[in-house]
Amino acid sequence: MTAASDLIEFTQLHRAMKDPDVAHLVIGLNKVVSSRLVTGLHVEADEKDQGVAIRLRLDAGQRILKPVHMCFGLLQEQGIQEIEMDLDVGDDSEIHVMAHCVFPNATDVRHAMDAAIRLRPGARYTYFERHIHSPAGGIRVLPKARIELEPGARFKTDFELIEGRVGLIDIDYETTCHERSVMEMTAKISGKGDDVIKIREVGHLVGEHARGVLTSRVAVRDSARADIYNKLTASAAFARGHVDCQEIITGGGIASAIPIVEVSHPRAHITHEAALGSVDTRQLQTLMARGLSEDQASELIIAGLLS
Amino acid sequence: MGLLEIRDLVLSVNGRRILDGLSLDLWEGYVHAIVGPNGAGKSTLSYTIMGLEGYRDFEGEILFDGQPLRGLGVDERARRGITLGWQEPARFEGVGVRRFLQAGAKDKDPAALDEILRQVGLPPERYATRSVDKTLSGGERKKVELASIVAMQPRLVLLDEPDSGIDVESLQRIREAINLLKAAGSTVLLITHSMEVLSWAEHAFLMCCGKILDKGATDQISPYFAERCIPCSHRNVPQLDGSDTP
Repeated sequence: MTAASDLIEFTQLHRAMKDPDVAHLVIGLNKVVSSRLVTGLHVEADEKDQGVAIRLRLDAGQRILKPVHMCFGLLQEQGIQEIEMDLDVGDDSEIHVMAHCVFPNATDVRHAMDAAIRLRPGARYTYFERHIHSPAGGIRVLPKARIELEPGARFKTDFELIEGRVGLIDIDYETTCHERSVMEMTAKISGKGDDVIKIREVGHLVGEHARGVLTSRVAVRDSARADIYNKLTASAAFARGHVDCQEIITGGGIASAIPIVEVSHPRAHITHEAALGSVDTRQLQTLMARGLSEDQASELIIAGLLS
Repeated sequence: MGLLEIRDLVLSVNGRRILDGLSLDLWEGYVHAIVGPNGAGKSTLSYTIMGLEGYRDFEGEILFDGQPLRGLGVDERARRGITLGWQEPARFEGVGVRRFLQAGAKDKDPAALDEILRQVGLPPERYATRSVDKTLSGGERKKVELASIVAMQPRLVLLDEPDSGIDVESLQRIREAINLLKAAGSTVLLITHSMEVLSWAEHAFLMCCGKILDKGATDQISPYFAERCIPCSHRNVPQLDGSDTP
């Protein structure tokens, strides 16, 4: 099999790729190995030594309701993949992206993403990124994104890394929300062994009636470590925001969370909640009173948290 | 011989004696109630039978089906057929209702679980995939918990304040769920200070200050509880005047 077919096989994209109305883009190492576009969606890709620079445009008024599949990954044990992404979502347009990031054999891999994303007025963009890593943990994942939401735009992102070992992940997302825009950023990560999880998510609610939610759900087992930094600022009237961080530790895991909320307008409002620690005793006892062992109960609770 | 036999049970929490030489027998297949004022030790008794952390270091004897429970963990007791429904059921973010039921169910078939949801008044098409979290009301979570207990097909169910925080319609559903448990052969122990819940039981124990003061058919126990315990000015006071027993 070719690298392209291997990646497609691994991500089980076949069915989606058979549908002519479904756009996709498959990047293997530093090459676009497969792509299909749909009306209003434009992609330019430049191959680089260690990755690809992608410019993606969605025309104003275009609504692509079937998810666009993007696949990034390396099937090799070692390598570097650097993705530069420049995404411009046009006025009143809509796009939903499912990104599959697969590194099933990694022993020494570095995957970096540097994205600049602009949502024009009234645009809607959802981005679901799912990582599948090797059980070896030999990977460093460095996703960075700067996102600008123009008036009335809506942005929702879910980052999920719950299969395989994390290795090292260092997320750095920063969003600026103008008037009446809405942002939701969620990260769900499960670490074990000596995995290291770093999340830095920042949102600035600078426009009136802007809304934002930063959510982190992290489980750390063994000697894994997680450091979460969530910051939400509000500087305009009627801006509303919430920061919600939950981390469960088992074994020798270590978790820290720094939620920062900063309000500089008397009519803005931000709340935050954080819970760090062992699995909740009442939850454990409830499940154990149904006959589950402590380990089975913990796994169900953690799976729920990360679902 | 009762399904559960408790002899001279003494348990202290933070240096305070909560259960004070308590003895009782639960007959198999009956709906029993333990009634008493707040602070009588009713919930503590249920936690001790279930073996929750902090409630295992007791004096006396608890036998289930003739076998001592001492030294067994919560899950081991559950696997022998004992379970507990809490006054305030826990929330489980991201765990769907059907998945929650499945965790301890004897018959894990989704169709069977959906039927149980219907029986407790939770239409599966509306509830099966919802999370057992804060989006459910207290009454809905109570019904989910009861459904999980019905699905488990336990031999002994301890229900702590089953009417706590729920509306009249839900109360009726919970009563029906208890009837379902009884019909399936479960023994039920209701922990309550409600006359309404007490009336569901066939047999009752009157408890105060960590002791069983009286036992008998519910219609024998309930008048004393209504007339003497509810208005009692010594509620929540751990000392009991020995002359005030029925």
